[in-house]
Amino acid sequence: MSDPTPQAVVIGASAGAVQALSAILPRLPADYPVPVLIVVHVPDGPSGLTALFASKCAMTFREPEDKEPIVPATAYLAPPGYHMLVEADRSIALSTDEPVLFSRPSIDVLFETAADSYGAGLTGIILTGANEDGARGAAAVHKAGGTVLVEDPATAYAAAMPTAALMRCPAASAMSLDEIADHLLNLGTS
Amino acid sequence: MDAALTRGSTEAVEDIEIQLLLEALFRRYHYDFRHYARASIKRRLRQAREQLGFSDFTEMQQALLHGDTLVTRLLDYLTVQVSEMFRDPGYFRAIREQVLPHLRTYPSLKLWIAGCSQGEELYSFAILLHEEGLLDRSLIYATDINPAALEAAQSGVYALDRLAAFTQNHQRAGGKTSLSDYYTTAYGRAVFDKKLRAQVVFSDHSLVTDAVFAECQFVSCRNVMIYFDRPLQDRAVGLFKDSLTRRGFLGLGSKETLRFSAHADAFSDFVREEKIYQRRDG
Repeated sequence: MSDPTPQAVVIGASAGAVQALSAILPRLPADYPVPVLIVVHVPDGPSGLTALFASKCAMTFREPEDKEPIVPATAYLAPPGYHMLVEADRSIALSTDEPVLFSRPSIDVLFETAADSYGAGLTGIILTGANEDGARGAAAVHKAGGTVLVEDPATAYAAAMPTAALMRCPAASAMSLDEIADHLLNLGTS
Repeated sequence: MDAALTRGSTEAVEDIEIQLLLEALFRRYHYDFRHYARASIKRRLRQAREQLGFSDFTEMQQALLHGDTLVTRLLDYLTVQVSEMFRDPGYFRAIREQVLPHLRTYPSLKLWIAGCSQGEELYSFAILLHEEGLLDRSLIYATDINPAALEAAQSGVYALDRLAAFTQNHQRAGGKTSLSDYYTTAYGRAVFDKKLRAQVVFSDHSLVTDAVFAECQFVSCRNVMIYFDRPLQDRAVGLFKDSLTRRGFLGLGSKETLRFSAHADAFSDFVREEKIYQRRDG
């Protein structure tokens, strides 16, 4: 195809996020052809996550600034205290709107706006977590024609979030962290 | 019909409706949100539509055009920002330690808090200037487009349960006094001392449609322009540039940047990590 659908990956994780992400992100190569946008629930204030993953990952890993264009081979972590949204022109918009389901950043906000922008080119992944953020977003990704993968609640550190996502979005596939990483490695290469 | 096509057309219809609604809001009431960043305004409008009980945006537009009660409520969805006093304490610490030594050299000071919402940032500045002995010779312009927010800012009353966070931020910002020196409590609320706003001019001003109104040494506009699209950001930064004295200062939110701005060359980094810029000479 001469004009493939632009692709992106969105990931949401809460309790147990660091270990789950550590099983996935370091496996993606430096020239990974797809951008990855990530929301992790952390308390406001500087978190060590960016430095941690920047050192573990081959891809560029950073907290974006408002209006930053989204480019491949880069992982963007939503800054603490801000929602991270995707604009139609595939740039990042941040907002300080009120928390959604007590969370800011909110997984639903990222997933819903990314689904609007990327449609069928989007892969949404819900990992471990102890609340229900992300369920609505996962359904939005599916509704827009994208793919939804959910960490298997049976093996997840915290089952509530993946369980809620599977309930709200029955079309999603439950997978182990390894299977999710394998799936991501195949993106953009077909 | 192809499922993807149907879906595509439904989404396009919503986008058209939103555009028309924003056009109606502008032409009927002169509130111009047409160049707000689309992803978040869409979220806010969807929230407003659901909570106000409209089945679609066309119905909402109808109510907006033919009645005059919806506009106030809609404005709250589109503009009200809840902030904190001394949000991002490092910002205020940098102002205290690095910017005020420059500002002190002026016989009188003018500051502009653009998009002051309910006043949290404004009172933070007033307290900081008071602690540094500069409040008496300062004039602070506090502007916003939402009349209800301006009124709240003018009253300086906040729910008491927010004060713990404000106090902690104030200390981290290098506060030299106790925040409780500045307010009295009554009925679960903290009422801030009106002396703090003796030097404040509250005014309705839109970064979208209004012009420069004063010459200032410092403009603080944090997490306001993140809601604008790039052309509108350029307009606002242009206003700030024209409002600032030579070598005046512009403070933005911690994740905002002038990197993508048409006016990037007019400013230099002053305290890079706190997003405090300085207007270049000339």
